[in-house]
Order: sequence, then structure tokens, then C-alpha cells
Amino acid sequence: MGKNDGARILVIDDESQIRKLLRVALTAYGYEVKEVACGQDGLRETAIYRPDLVILDLGLPDIDGLEVLRQLREWSEIPVIILSVKEQEQDKITALDTGADDYVSKPFSMGELLARVRTALRHSYHANEENPILILNDLEIDIIHRRVKVNDNEVKLTPTEYDILKNLAIHAGKVLTHRQLLTTIWGKAYENDTHYLRVYIGQLRKKIEIDPSRPKHILTESGVGYRLL
Amino acid sequence: MYKEKRMDPDTILANLGVPGWGKLTIFLGAAAGVGKTYKMLETARDKLAEGFDVVIGYVETHGRQETDALLEGVPVVPRKAIEYRGRQFLEMDLDELLKRRPQIALVDELAHTNIPGARHNKRYQDVEELLSAGINVYTTLNIQHLETMNDIVAQITGVIVKETVPDRILETAFQIQLVDIPPEELIQRFKEGKIYVPDQANDALKKFFRPGNINALRELAMRYAAQRVDHQLESYMQMHGIVGPWPAGEKLMVCISASPFSAQLLRVAKRIANGLQAELLAVYVETPRRFPVTEAEKDSLAKNIRLAEDLGAQIVNLTGDDIAEEIIDLARKRNVSQIIMGKPEHTRMWEIINGSVVDRVIRYSKGLSVHVIPSEVKNIEQPIIEHKGHKGATGNEIHKPFLTVISPYLLSVIMMIILTIIFLNTKRYLGLVNVSLLYLLPVVISANRWGTKPALFSSVIAIIAFDFLFVPPVFSFTVGDIKYVFSFAIYVFVALLTAKLSARLKRQIVNSRLRENRVSALYGLSRDIAAVDTLAVVLQGIAKKVAEAIEADISLLLPDENGNISLQASSGNNDYLNPSELAVASWVLERGQKAGKATGTLEGADALYLPMITEQGIQGVMGVRFQQDVNTLDQERMRLLEAFVGLAAMAINRLKLAGEARRASNLAESERLRTALFNSISHDLRTPLASIIGAVTSLMQEDCIYTPTARDDLLQTIYQGSDRMNRFVNNLLDMARLEAGVLKLNKEWIDIQDIIGVAVSRMDAQLSQRSFSMTIDTDLPMIDVDFVLIEQVLINLLDNALKYSESSNAVSINARLSGTEVLVTIANEGPTIPVSDLGKIFDKFYRLSSPRLVSGTGLGLAICKEIIELHGGRIWAEDKSDWGVLITFVLPAFEKVPICGGLPDGKE
Repeated sequence: MGKNDGARILVIDDESQIRKLLRVALTAYGYEVKEVACGQDGLRETAIYRPDLVILDLGLPDIDGLEVLRQLREWSEIPVIILSVKEQEQDKITALDTGADDYVSKPFSMGELLARVRTALRHSYHANEENPILILNDLEIDIIHRRVKVNDNEVKLTPTEYDILKNLAIHAGKVLTHRQLLTTIWGKAYENDTHYLRVYIGQLRKKIEIDPSRPKHILTESGVGYRLL
Repeated sequence: MYKEKRMDPDTILANLGVPGWGKLTIFLGAAAGVGKTYKMLETARDKLAEGFDVVIGYVETHGRQETDALLEGVPVVPRKAIEYRGRQFLEMDLDELLKRRPQIALVDELAHTNIPGARHNKRYQDVEELLSAGINVYTTLNIQHLETMNDIVAQITGVIVKETVPDRILETAFQIQLVDIPPEELIQRFKEGKIYVPDQANDALKKFFRPGNINALRELAMRYAAQRVDHQLESYMQMHGIVGPWPAGEKLMVCISASPFSAQLLRVAKRIANGLQAELLAVYVETPRRFPVTEAEKDSLAKNIRLAEDLGAQIVNLTGDDIAEEIIDLARKRNVSQIIMGKPEHTRMWEIINGSVVDRVIRYSKGLSVHVIPSEVKNIEQPIIEHKGHKGATGNEIHKPFLTVISPYLLSVIMMIILTIIFLNTKRYLGLVNVSLLYLLPVVISANRWGTKPALFSSVIAIIAFDFLFVPPVFSFTVGDIKYVFSFAIYVFVALLTAKLSARLKRQIVNSRLRENRVSALYGLSRDIAAVDTLAVVLQGIAKKVAEAIEADISLLLPDENGNISLQASSGNNDYLNPSELAVASWVLERGQKAGKATGTLEGADALYLPMITEQGIQGVMGVRFQQDVNTLDQERMRLLEAFVGLAAMAINRLKLAGEARRASNLAESERLRTALFNSISHDLRTPLASIIGAVTSLMQEDCIYTPTARDDLLQTIYQGSDRMNRFVNNLLDMARLEAGVLKLNKEWIDIQDIIGVAVSRMDAQLSQRSFSMTIDTDLPMIDVDFVLIEQVLINLLDNALKYSESSNAVSINARLSGTEVLVTIANEGPTIPVSDLGKIFDKFYRLSSPRLVSGTGLGLAICKEIIELHGGRIWAEDKSDWGVLITFVLPAFEKVPICGGLPDGKE
């Protein structure tokens, strides 16, 4: 029933209105949705119900959302999307660094959420498959041959620039935090040097975006990181 | 006071310098003419050449050419002309100098007394003010002007120097430079007429400038300077941790009285204390026998006490019967190691009768050393104590009318006559012996009532009457009557003893009562102002009480926000406070020093101004204007006044701090509320918004076709979310309106059933999903309430009940009559509220434990409470047995409903 082949989504949120909303919308899109209202139940149901994706609210009454995530990550690689509120900036970043796959800020647009759900599910499906060439509209990234083309024109990137783009491409559609990018590319010692990253992203944008000041591919997630679309 | 005196704090100060204070350099000489001014000017010129800002405050060259020459090129602050007794005098212009603020000021003749009209009495006080303003000062001084040296110099030279400088000035001076020349040269200078000493006749000077004298003075000066070096070296060693022999912490005690000899005693004691680097305690013992009775005695005592203060001694005032006992007691209590006493010049006879204090002290002084200094009062000319304006001192100098003086004697005679007649008639029964004893009665009565002289008079009459009228042969004096001289002696003895005891007792009573009055005034004041909260009331109370106790006009001046002084309270007459008085008060406020009458600073003022100081700073100034002309305050009143000032300062400070504490706690409270508000808004607006936007964006998605039910659900979500937001905003606004007090009650006579019905139907959507029951008593009286507000209360309470329970829990409403009140209870099954929180849930923004447990503003119940209370009702929460919560509110009801007149019932 519906396009998404009944992928199972577990919604962990204490607000009944949000739960209802998500249930209605996700069900309409063909997902199978189970709701729980607190962290303990969430952890239990993840084990029993075995969902394909978890939507986790950070502001839970019994256990902290981050704690739930941490415990979850101890035994499961299941994709997790975080629901957060504006104040919880730091929590959001920590969650992403702890292993959440993506985040959505309340109030959110349903379209955004659905897109991220799809991306997260796709990544988990394709975890083992090799997908060497990534095509995003006018951008083409060939990971095996280390070649990047924009509108079929090859673009010369420095090794670092390429590394950044590659990482973003591997997690295309998902957000990568500053720290994740810095740690992967420069190493743990540089995990706080966001200015390096910004410089390189600027240069990357100049090379692959049509209008670097209004990037369509490399999107900035304010205060969190970057996302390749 | 430290037990172990490691460092003399004054020395530390002298070495480190009080931050902000200038440094004092004293050019010290043995006598006039050694060249102090010259040396000072020389040094100043050197400094000037080095680029320092040097200015002459006051330099007296006495016309000597060499000195005059040195004045060239040094900037001068011109002297101020002060008029006194019709003549113009030129004194140092202190204010100008302070304004000018040089780095170094030259002020000659430190011991000089200023003309009345200048700010301070003495030039050294001017110098102190300069130093406190951060200006360095060079000055000159002769050794004889030092307070402690004063009497030694007098002994050496036979000349008493009237102008003295307290020792502390030298002790805290930065540098003392000794200016010295060989005595022959000095005498040569004198002969050449190059030395000018004011106020001294030529003959006296000739006597002064003899080699013996000069040498002695030189030695004094040099020894003093050497002692200073010693101290400095020692404190240097101490400061730098250099190990050396430290002096043990000594304490000296000197006993003083109203006697002028005490002054000498104090100086000796100070010298010894200096030598031992010991603290000095000056003790005065008041006994009933030796109360200072006359004004002159009181003055003398006050003077001695002031001298003791000047010398840096700690003053202790004791009362008691036995001087020696009190002294020894105190010495032991305070760990005094040495006692210094004066040997009075009483005769041997007097000592045998009255006991010698010195002997007794020595006898009981186990472990203490006692120094006895013989008095040499007779050898030195005493300077004449001049009291300005001492006219009509109160007390003993009033001439009593003649009749009052005579009447005791007359009455004695009358009494004697009456008694004699009685005795004559009863002679046979009494016998001679008894008659003689009975004649003691009038003597004792006279002694008790009228004092020594009438008592003696009575004894004389008694013995004559007895002898003449009763002793055989009657009506004659015979030789055989000589033995009755013994009776006479006994009469006299009894008379004197009784009279003396009486007098002493009376004096004791008077003084005790006086003291008791004063202490109870102090106690009364402190009790009065302890509980009062308003500054104005406290100030008024203080002014009145102090005025009563001290017998003066009191005014309290406090600084306003700009720091300017203004009158805040007064005990009555305060029109003496003209601008110049206020100026004095301002000066006191700034400097924190007392000024005005009898202080030595700004003495021309009408009143005495005392600063009210606490640790937090100078709180204000108390002005004291005495009703009679007073130039020196007696110690008792001064001490009481100081105690009052201290009390007033503390009271003012306390109120200030209380006000600040209140402000701080108010600030903290509004901080807390603000934070809670922000948190609440953020969470409680955000959540429904999220569901609305989520639902809306879902519906806007092009790529999805929702089933009708799904669409309905989403639309419902939007509706509910909006409704929630609406409710929340309304709650906030209501709360704001309630706070501001602008919520107006629109009261009507309403049936509670009606309101309940409306509320329930509004909440129908949620209530229908639960097990809900409604019990309303029939025939409930109407209540006079605002419909909309009570409806809101019900909705809030129902909403609460639903929120804090599960979907399986039942909710119920119950309305009943209880006495004259209508009780409405909303109950729900579900988790109970902890007993300690039952009251707190009605607080603004209060949520049980974690704020994320349940959505909701935390305002709902607070608003209910406000509304119910506005209606004159009450609201409270209870736990229902062990699984549920009840919230009940009561509203006052009335039996009869006022019927509007003339409403037709049906159509007629």
C-alpha cells in the first residue's frame, strides 16, 4: 500500500499532537508507523518492533533524547532522525556527532521531513552497495576515478576540496556536522577549527555552484554543518 | 590589639605609606636658629631643580638675608588674611594650596597655632589635611614642641613651651632630618642677633642660650632621631623577614585623674612606652569620694583625657569604690605588665586615715611592676589654663539667697529647743546617760539633712544645752564638766562621719541616676529604632531621643544622590543651620572627621558636627548645638554622644542595606518569572505551531493524495493546534491583565449549572473520550459572578484534569451547597500530587517536577486562583484517596436573589 513499501518507522515523541501528525502524514505516504511517548518505550520498541527508521524527539520526559540515542547506538545502526527545538542547538550537534543521521527542527515542513526520511532509508538500504557515480542535477561525482563534472565540464579540485566533496557525496542528502567533516578530513586535532572548513567550502562552491552565493548543492545548515543535495 | 606585637602599625604605615597619602619630611632641630628653614629651602630648591612641583605654603624667614635669598624662584601660594579682634593676620591659605595640589608643599613651623577663623586650630592639622590629599610636605620643628618632650625641655631650660605637636605626627612621618650645629656657633648667632624667637623676653632667651642647655637639647634631639632610626631599622628587618630579637608584647598602664600632675605622668608613661615599644593604656577610676565636682576639675580631667588620646593611649574609664582594686583588676584582665602611677603630695596623716592608693596597688601587684613617679608640681610654673568664654559656668557658683543659707541653723536651734523641753520633763525617767545619748539625735539629723556645718553647729548647741541644763549643778558651767569634753568630741565625730557619709551617698545617687538616665536613653533609642522600617521615622526618633539625653538641639544631615548634604531630621530648632554651617557639615561628610565647637577644627561654627561612620562608609553627619555656651564637653556626655552617633550610623546603614536587599530579592523574583515566561512561551507556542505547520505542509505536498480520513485528521490537528495557541495567548493576556489590576469583573446573577454546561460543551471533544460524570445539586442558589471568567476557570480545571490523567481515567464535576457557599469540585483519577506541592501548583509557571512532563503553560491554575480570589472565594487541591486529584473552589452564594422590580410575569 503506497510507494514506500511499508518501511517501518518508530516515532518517539511525548507530544500527542506531533505523534498524530506524523502518523497521519507518514502513513499516507505508505510507511508503517508506530508511536511511543517516552524514551524507555522507544528503546524497547526498537528492539521488539524492529523499525527501519526511528524519529526521535530530543525533549523527552523520562530519559534525555541523547541518552536514548547513545543507548540505541550501542547495539544498532538503525537510521535516526532527530526532532529538535531552536534552543537545543548544542544538543542537536551532539546528537549528530553521537550517531544520529539527520535532524529536523520544530516547526518543520512535512516535505522536508519526508525528504530526510527517504534519504536516511536509502542510505541504510544501500549501505553495502557500491554507488560510484553520484549524479545530482548538473553535478556529477565519480568516486572511483576521482572525477568531478559540472554540466559535463570537468572541474579541477585540490585534494582537500575533493575529500570534502566526497564525504558529502557519500552521505548525500544527510547533514554532516563540522566536527564530523573536520575529523574525517584533517584528523581529531582539528575538530574545532571550523574556519578551515568554511574557507574550503567557499572555494568548493566557487568551483561547482552556478551562483556560489546561492548554493544549490552544498547547503549550509546554520550552526551545524553542511549537506549535499 | 594583637597579643604579640610584631609590627607597630604606625611604623608599617610610615614605611609603606598610606595609599594616597603624601609623605611628610620633618626638619628637626634642637632649638630655634639652628637653620631648619634654611635647610628645608635648600632641599626644596634641589627638588625644584630636579623638576618636582614645589610650592611654598608658609615660610617664615624672620628677615634673615641668607634664608630670604633661597626664596628666589620658588613659587608661593600667597597667605590668606584673617581678621581677628580688629587686626589682620596672615595665615597659610589651606584651600588654595589644596586646589593647587603641588607635589611638595613647604610649611614652616609645624607647632604654630592658627588664628581663630582658620579651619583648624593648629598648623599640624592643616598639614595632616594636605597629606591626606596626597600632597607631600616639608616642615620644620623644634624638639621642645614635641608633646612627650615638653616637660623635659621645661625642666632643662626653665621655659615652658605652649605650642606642642602630638607625637603621632612624627611617628608617621616619612623622614626626619636632624639639623644640627655646634652650640658655640648657635650662641654666636644669638649674640649677633640673628635668632628670632617670638613671645619670649630677651632675658629668658639669654638664660636659654647657654651651652649647658643647648647641649642638653641637642642630645634630646639626637637621641630621638636615633630612636627613630632604630625603629625603622627594626621594622625594616621585620618586613623583610630578617631574624632578630623581637621585643615582647608589652602593655603599660598609667593612672590619671583630674590633677594637673596627670599630664606629666602621661608624658613619662608615653616615653617609657615608646622605649619599650609597648601599648599604653590610660585609666581613670571614678570613685564616689573623688568625683570631679567643680567645673574646673571636670575640665582638667577632660584635658588630661584628651592629652592621653593625643599620645595614642587607649582610654579606659572605671568606676568603683576601691581605686587600687579596680586598677589591679583591669591590669590583670588586660595583661598589663607595668603600671605607672603618680605619688600624690598628701600628708602622712591623710594617708593613714584614707589609705594610700599607691601602697595598696603595690601590695596587690603580684607579677606586675609598678612605677611610681613623684609629683613635681611645685617646681614648675604651670601655664595658666585659659578658658575662653567661661562665663557663668553652671553649678556651684550661684549665690544662694541668704535665707536658704541660714535656715538649717535656725531649724537646728528650733529642733534643739523642742527636744530640750521634752528631755527636761522626762529627766527623771531617762537618767543622765540616756539624755546625753539622746542629744545625738538632732546632731545626726542635722548631719543627714544639711551637711557638715549645720551638724557641727548642732553638736555645739547640744553639748552646751546638755551641760547647762542637765548636768548638776544645773544652770551652770563648772570645772567638773570638763569630762564632758569627751561627749562633745563624740558628738562632733558622729556629726562629721554622718555628714560625710550622707554627702557621699547623695553624690553617688545623683551620679548613678544621671548615668542610669543616660544609659537608659541609649537603650531606649536602640530599642525604638530596631524595629522601625522607614528611614524618616528612624531619623526623627534618633534626633528626638538624642536631644533629650544630651540636652542639645540635634540635626541629622544625610547626603542625597548627588552627595550633597541636606537636613533630614531635627529635634526642633534648626534655624542655626545657615549655609556656612552646612559647609562645615559637608566638610565633615567628606573627611569623616569631627569639626565644629570644641574640636580644634572649624571652631567658629555654632554647633558640633560628628560624622556617622560604619564600615560601609560615612552615612551622614549629626549636628549638635548646645543650649548653653560650652567649650569643652564633659567626658560623660561626649562618650554618650559618640555612642549615639555610632547607633545612628548603624541604623541608617541597616535601613539602607535592608532596602538594597529588598530590591535585590525583587529583582531576583522578577528575573525568575521572566525566565519562566520565556521558557513557557518558547515551549508552549512552539509545539502547537509545529503540529500546525507540519499538517499544513503535509496537505500542501503535491505528491500525495490523502484519504479523506487522513485529510480530516490533519485538518483537526491544525484546528486543535491553533486552538491551543489561542488558549495560551489568552492565558498570558489574562495573567497580564490580572497582574496590572485592570481586569474588570462583569458580575451577574448566574446559575452555576449554566456555566458548567457551557464549559463542558466547549470541552466536549476531549471529554467524550473519557468516562465523565457530572453531579449538580438541585436548587443551588445563584451566584454573583463574571460568567466568562468562571467559565474559563472551569475550562482550565477540566483541561488540567484531562492533561494529568490517562485516557482510562475518569473525570467528574460536582457542585453542591455548603453553608452559604457553593462548592464546585473537579476530580480526576490519575497520579496524585505530592502533599508538599498541593499549595504550590497554584503558583505562576509552576509545573510538577520536570517542565517537560506535561505540556501546558503552568499558568492555568494560577489564573484560576486569581479569578476565584477576585470573586471573594477560595480554591484548593486535595489528593483523592490514593489515586486521584480533586480541585475545589468555593464562591459565596446568597439565599435570596434580588428581584428586579416590575418584570411582568407573562403577558397581561
